[in-house]
Amino acid sequence: MKSAVIVFPGSNREGDVAKALVQAGSTVEKVWHAEPDLPAGTDLVVLPGGFSYGDYLRCGAIAGRARVMDAVRAHAARGGRVLGICNGFQILCESGLLPGILMRNANLKFICHRQLLRVERSDTSFTNHYDKGQVIDVCVAHGEGNYTADSETLKRLEGDGLVAFRYSDAKGEITTDSNRNGSMNAIAGIYSEGLNVLGMMPHPENLIDELVGGTDGRGLFQSLVAA
Amino acid sequence: MKARVTVTLKTGVLDPQGKAIEGALKSLGVDGVANVRQGKVFDIELDTADRSAAEETLKAACERLLANTVIENYRVEIA
Repeated sequence: MKSAVIVFPGSNREGDVAKALVQAGSTVEKVWHAEPDLPAGTDLVVLPGGFSYGDYLRCGAIAGRARVMDAVRAHAARGGRVLGICNGFQILCESGLLPGILMRNANLKFICHRQLLRVERSDTSFTNHYDKGQVIDVCVAHGEGNYTADSETLKRLEGDGLVAFRYSDAKGEITTDSNRNGSMNAIAGIYSEGLNVLGMMPHPENLIDELVGGTDGRGLFQSLVAA
Repeated sequence: MKARVTVTLKTGVLDPQGKAIEGALKSLGVDGVANVRQGKVFDIELDTADRSAAEETLKAACERLLANTVIENYRVEIA
């Protein structure tokens, strides 16, 4: 598998996600945001975490309109896979590839901690190494992760099974405590209509090595390589 | 030609920053504040003297970048 990790000014998690992809068996090429094209044969585009353009205007707003995003939109329109993590999720929402927006956390605090997620479905190319309903232990680190959408969009996401992950407790229950950024329906990640674009606030790439606390994040990258 | 674009959150969209400012004003003892909503102001200079061309440019600027119309409204004033 060939992955292209897009780098914007202010991205800072491209190295970690590249490591996770290589560990799972993908080749990785980093692509600067001003490029008009993706490398030939790109299977997966990754928009990594960070603070692109210093979060100016709105998180992901300027990166979402970068030159390379036209190529990313074309890739997605062809059915190509796109993964946006944290700031990458914000960029996907701002670029129109995913609906809704990530608002300021409801408690106004930057949250940075281990986070349990419930995997909502395991039949996608992002989650085939997990079980439906499985609880995975990853990390969150964001100030704007409060997923918000209008009621029509929310109804469509739920009705079409496009919610990928929810913030949960160890039993997989959704509680006020587990949903610390205040996201609607405790949404931590969503798919596009074609299930080929995934945006998620948590960082699976943080948990790929026992040395740094766990390996629950590996499954996502292994799923992508296997699919 | 100069213009001012004001971007505000739509009614009903939770504005935690506005709420925090409202709380801070109350704790400062500034009386009579019922509600605060935070927004953004952009002062823009246009290189045209044609008012309708300016309106078109500003509309495009708002729709394509300055406002996220999922949650925000915008208002354009041309000086």
